[in-house]
Amino acid sequence: MNTSGDMTILGIETSCDETAAAIVVNGTDIRANVVSSQVDLHARYGGVVPEIAGRAHESLITPVVAEAMVKAGVADNEVDVVAVTHGPGLIGSLLVGVAAAKAMALVWGVPFIGINHHEAHLYASFLDQPDIEFPLVVMLVSGGHTMLIEFRNHGEYRLLGATLDDAAGEAFDKVARYLGLGYPGGPAIDEISSQGDSEAIKFTPPMFHDGLDFSFSGLKTAVINYVRKNSDADTADVAASFQMAVVNVLTHKALKAAKEVGAKGICLAGGVAANTLLRQRTSEMCSENGLIACLPSRAMCTDNAAMVAATAWWKMQNGGGSPLDLGADPNLRLPFIQN
Amino acid sequence: MLVLGIETATPQVGVAIGGHEGVLASFHSARDRRHAETLAPAIEFLCKQARVELSEIGVVAVDIGPGLFTGLRVGLATAKAVAHACRVPMIGISSLDLAAFPARFSDRLIVSTVDARRGEIFYATYRRTAGGIQRISDPHVDQPTDVADQLMAQGEECLVVGDGAQRYSEIFEDIRGVEVGQEGFRFPNAGSLVELAHPRALREEFVVPGEIEPLYLRAPDARINWQQRERS
Ligand SMILES: [Zn+2]
Repeated sequence: MNTSGDMTILGIETSCDETAAAIVVNGTDIRANVVSSQVDLHARYGGVVPEIAGRAHESLITPVVAEAMVKAGVADNEVDVVAVTHGPGLIGSLLVGVAAAKAMALVWGVPFIGINHHEAHLYASFLDQPDIEFPLVVMLVSGGHTMLIEFRNHGEYRLLGATLDDAAGEAFDKVARYLGLGYPGGPAIDEISSQGDSEAIKFTPPMFHDGLDFSFSGLKTAVINYVRKNSDADTADVAASFQMAVVNVLTHKALKAAKEVGAKGICLAGGVAANTLLRQRTSEMCSENGLIACLPSRAMCTDNAAMVAATAWWKMQNGGGSPLDLGADPNLRLPFIQN
Repeated sequence: MLVLGIETATPQVGVAIGGHEGVLASFHSARDRRHAETLAPAIEFLCKQARVELSEIGVVAVDIGPGLFTGLRVGLATAKAVAHACRVPMIGISSLDLAAFPARFSDRLIVSTVDARRGEIFYATYRRTAGGIQRISDPHVDQPTDVADQLMAQGEECLVVGDGAQRYSEIFEDIRGVEVGQEGFRFPNAGSLVELAHPRALREEFVVPGEIEPLYLRAPDARINWQQRERS
């Protein structure tokens, strides 16, 4: 740490298909946030191809870190900690970030810390609203995850519900692919839905009324079956109705969860949190129910390294870094408390 | 000029440091393919034992493959990050050059191999020259039986080295005039990397980290692993 007492953290994120680096001071002050998306490399395959992602991360990681440091105006000797996502994610992608982060920490003689990608998504809310009060319910929705988490205090999380099959973002990708809307599916469906009638078709997601878990695979099948039977169906109407069904079940269960745990607010996290309708419905629902809505900017919802650096700052306050022999763990879980 | 050498293209992790006095220290481990876990602590240990600070390094040399994709990327990401943080240039050397280097005193045709998995090997051929060895073919990936057929057709005395040759030794040993290198020739050596890189560094034949490109020699497998993605 430098003489002013500020802690400058270099964050690195390479868990899926974004190569990202950020400089964050004291957990909230984002000096630079660089994200190099590989989305174009994977678009023709309709999903992330692990080996292509690994190759792209290898060639992008050093330039992306260099760009973040130049943008932040931070010199090598001003970095106090190097933080990196070490799981969960694609193993070949994670390893590139972990290797680069350790090497830089070693050369600069500063602590290195491995961060859980899910935990980083939870902390994205703090970048926008550092004073938000606990407990919170976080709706973590993306191409890889769909979870409702009680965020009780720093480092204290309880899993309230999760998808039993496809992730919400995966359902968007698969339905978009089926409708010929391209990849990634989330933004494509978001856009076309604005021209469609969301009431046109009634899709009911499985398990709407049971518990806090989700199932999206059946919904995807229902959409496909509907289009097969109604070949003249308007694509915009189908997309809008599908999107409405996903948003309905997500918000319905988030509110139920918030009531169960007595949450002060609901936070959105993950790539699907960039969805226009989900943001709008969450915001309305929170104000109707006296809850604080925490909707981080779209850039903070999707994978980025600022959230990794922010999480590292909270972690460095109580405890220290990770050993240099830390590996990457593709199945890393949040250390959930049971009750 | 001090050279830090990083070699992770095979199941082995190797690091070495050296300069005009030769190799000052080296470390190799071939346990469980723990490239990501082992490499950074190995560099730290190596510097301590050689009594060298990373800030004294003048160039980072790295094995650019061909080899295990994941191991290769751990090595390249580490080497580029060290070079970037130390503000020093890099030298990239092929794993096949490294595997052939210990056989440089042989007058026979040297066939250097690296196990490519999936029933294939990466290979290239080398010949002894005045100052060492020279590669005389481009690196390729092929089935070992196809490589053996080519050697048989050539009918020249050969020394086949590297872990690809050892894995399929019975295929190569059957050919007249072909000898398979011993255990010591198995993996590319980080000490060889430093020895090969040092004269090049003195001739300033280096590049910036962004110009180092891995030799994959195989198109990526384009399968999407939804299950794997599910967890990310
Ligand atoms: Zn994510």
